[in-house]
Amino acid sequence: MHIVVCIKQVPDSAQIRVHPVTNTIMRQGVPAIVNPYDLFALEEALRLKDQFGGRVTVLCMGPPQAEDALRKCISFGATDAILVTDRSFAGADTLATSYALAAAIRKIGQEQAVDLIFTGKQTIDGDTAQVGPGIAKRLGVNLLTYVSRIVEVDLDGRRIRVERRAEGGVQLLETTLPSLITMLEGTNEMRFATMADMLRAGRCPVRRWNKDDAGIEDVSKIGLKGSPTVVSKVFGPTPRATKAEMQVVADSSVNDVCLNLLQKIFTTHPTLEEETVERLSA
Amino acid sequence: RNTELPEHLKAYKGVWVFIEHDRGHVHSVSWELMGEARKLADTLGVTVSGVLMGGPGDDLDRYAKEAYAYGADRCYLVRDPVLQGYRNEPFTKGLTDLVNTYQPEILLLGATTMGRDLAGSVATTLGTGLTADCTELRIDGRALAATRPTFGGSLLCTIMTLAYRPQMATVRPRVMAMPRRDDTRSGDIVEMALGMVETDIVTKLLDFIPDASRNTVNLAYADIIVTGGKGLKTAENFKLVWELARVLGAEVGATRAVTQAGWTETDRQVGQTGKTVRPKLYIAAGVSGAIQHRVGMESSDCIVAINTDPNAPIFDFAHHGIVGNAMQVLPVLTQTFRNHLAKRVRIAA
Ligand SMILES: Cc1cc2nc3c(=O)[nH]c(=O)nc-3n(C[C@H](O)[C@H](O)[C@H](O)COP(=O)(O)OP(=O)(O)OC[C@H]3O[C@@H](n4cnc5c(N)ncnc54)[C@H](O)[C@@H]3O)c2cc1C
Ligand SMILES: Cc1cc2nc3c(=O)[nH]c(=O)nc-3n(C[C@H](O)[C@H](O)[C@H](O)COP(=O)(O)OP(=O)(O)OC[C@H]3O[C@@H](n4cnc5c(N)ncnc54)[C@H](O)[C@@H]3O)c2cc1C
Repeated sequence: MHIVVCIKQVPDSAQIRVHPVTNTIMRQGVPAIVNPYDLFALEEALRLKDQFGGRVTVLCMGPPQAEDALRKCISFGATDAILVTDRSFAGADTLATSYALAAAIRKIGQEQAVDLIFTGKQTIDGDTAQVGPGIAKRLGVNLLTYVSRIVEVDLDGRRIRVERRAEGGVQLLETTLPSLITMLEGTNEMRFATMADMLRAGRCPVRRWNKDDAGIEDVSKIGLKGSPTVVSKVFGPTPRATKAEMQVVADSSVNDVCLNLLQKIFTTHPTLEEETVERLSA
Repeated sequence: RNTELPEHLKAYKGVWVFIEHDRGHVHSVSWELMGEARKLADTLGVTVSGVLMGGPGDDLDRYAKEAYAYGADRCYLVRDPVLQGYRNEPFTKGLTDLVNTYQPEILLLGATTMGRDLAGSVATTLGTGLTADCTELRIDGRALAATRPTFGGSLLCTIMTLAYRPQMATVRPRVMAMPRRDDTRSGDIVEMALGMVETDIVTKLLDFIPDASRNTVNLAYADIIVTGGKGLKTAENFKLVWELARVLGAEVGATRAVTQAGWTETDRQVGQTGKTVRPKLYIAAGVSGAIQHRVGMESSDCIVAINTDPNAPIFDFAHHGIVGNAMQVLPVLTQTFRNHLAKRVRIAA
């Protein structure tokens, strides 16, 4: 079985700070990590490899330093890694990103046919969840989003059955290979890297492809040119004009503070009291 | 750069909302979007249309009437047995064909598991721009200016699709207010055939397993939410949140720190990577007010925060703040509400 897992390198948003004056993101010193959602996709792919044998290729589009993210994936057990990197990719929105990744996957498929493609549910920076569906449409493969469980893969019969999270329930879907799965978070737990894989991660060559290597001919479809969306403004959230009306427990008794709060809430929101009474009486 | 709208795309007119429905009900996010669509269309001087797709088991005509009541002038209907239950392939074809035939300038979808699956597919098929999880939609010139939070809400950006049509955007449930319903409004229906048969479709929907507990689904639409944060220190103390919620007939929410600690179910997480809520009353105890939490609840009508730290960020956007120990305040607050409501509820009952 040959599986391609798409991973993105993202800034660790837990550590991102916004400059209080300029309202720009302060990236200096913020470590770059593998998009956490993509690890659920990678682990699921590795489990299928454990079961069926074959290979897991990790694919990333990004700047040269994104190689670190790919090596991290090798340390978890991915077979090999490809970094698609080219200045002409800069400024890509999701449409241009899916175009470039789909081209690279087609190219990978020429070396060895691809049975399954995985992506994460979404990233933690762009956060759109649009790249997975985009790749699937461009490759014309079956799209399975928000997959919570892979029920069964029949490699010889070329069929796959999955559970998909939907609003208010779970869909049981069956389709044919190849398909693209966007994996839901929390569905598995990433294995520990073995010593052997960690050593391999240091040595294993990460293949670098520029746009020509990735088989991209139409440059009007990539980077800023290939992106229909235009970012017109970036700004920080506006602080609320008035601060909270404060009460300090030490200044008066807890009872007084609570009674005072109740009265304030119910006098400023009179319907709330009626509705609460109604709900409790029902 | 892609900033000039080509001549042939200038014919695209009108604002559309994809109406999502499931087991007899339209998802409220569709009506929230209808309210926004109405405002955008009025600014542009164009009409609002709803798109309804479904199978023989779906009462699309009833949904169309609701759509008019919430602001639509027209509904495009696609009825076909293969559209019973959501699947990507036939829905993508139906929506793409409708757009190519009737050419709307703006197309809005809910950022649900269905809406995101469909929006990403349709935008790619049409080769147009799609802005995800918008929190504000405006018209700038004649184009849609869609604002969305990024980097977990620390920054906002406004995105425009200037040279392609339609301009597509998704919005999460509860981000926009529910519009007023006016049952005297009416509209017209345009039907289109899908032109697909079951054997054309590779993916089969074998079963649908509804969620056992519908509780958590209500979080987004609860009138009152009591949320506990890591400041409560232990799972045992978190029960104080449940007690206050019970007295108010409220839902319980949590921060990510709390769901990660396993004090309550992950479905109760409010915020950027959890649910967006806009209750009438939001009580947060031991919650610092991190930006990722804030973006999920700041549209609440009345926010109350209980925190030992007078400088906690949550006091910057709460309406009422109590500086104090939640373990001390919560039981008293619960008792105060119980006393007050007990009199009223008995009389009402
Ligand atoms: C602040 C900001 C806001 C943005 N808003 C929008 C917007 O509204 N609409 C829009 O079209 N673009 C938007 N973009 C651009 C978008 O983030 C980029 O196109 C990005 O390359 C991919 O989108 P994403 O991060 O949202 O990925 P998602 O669609 O959330 O990613 C889903 C999955 O696709 C895979 N994947 C994504 N990117 C890569 C990659 N480079 N290499 C390998 N695998 C990948 C991963 O498996 C990931 O889990 C925005 C960017 C920024 C910085
Ligand atoms: C990509 C990303 C996505 C995220 N998504 C979400 C999300 O969806 N939702 C979310 O909530 N978070 C999210 N987070 C996490 C977020 O950044 C915060 O870490 C989290 O919200 C903090 O939770 P907390 O307020 O419960 O805990 P803390 O930040 O630890 O705050 C505890 C608060 O309790 C107060 N306190 C302490 N003792 C008491 C006491 N006795 N009585 C009263 N108050 C007391 C403290 O002063 C403090 O303000 C996300 C983070 C990242 C990086």
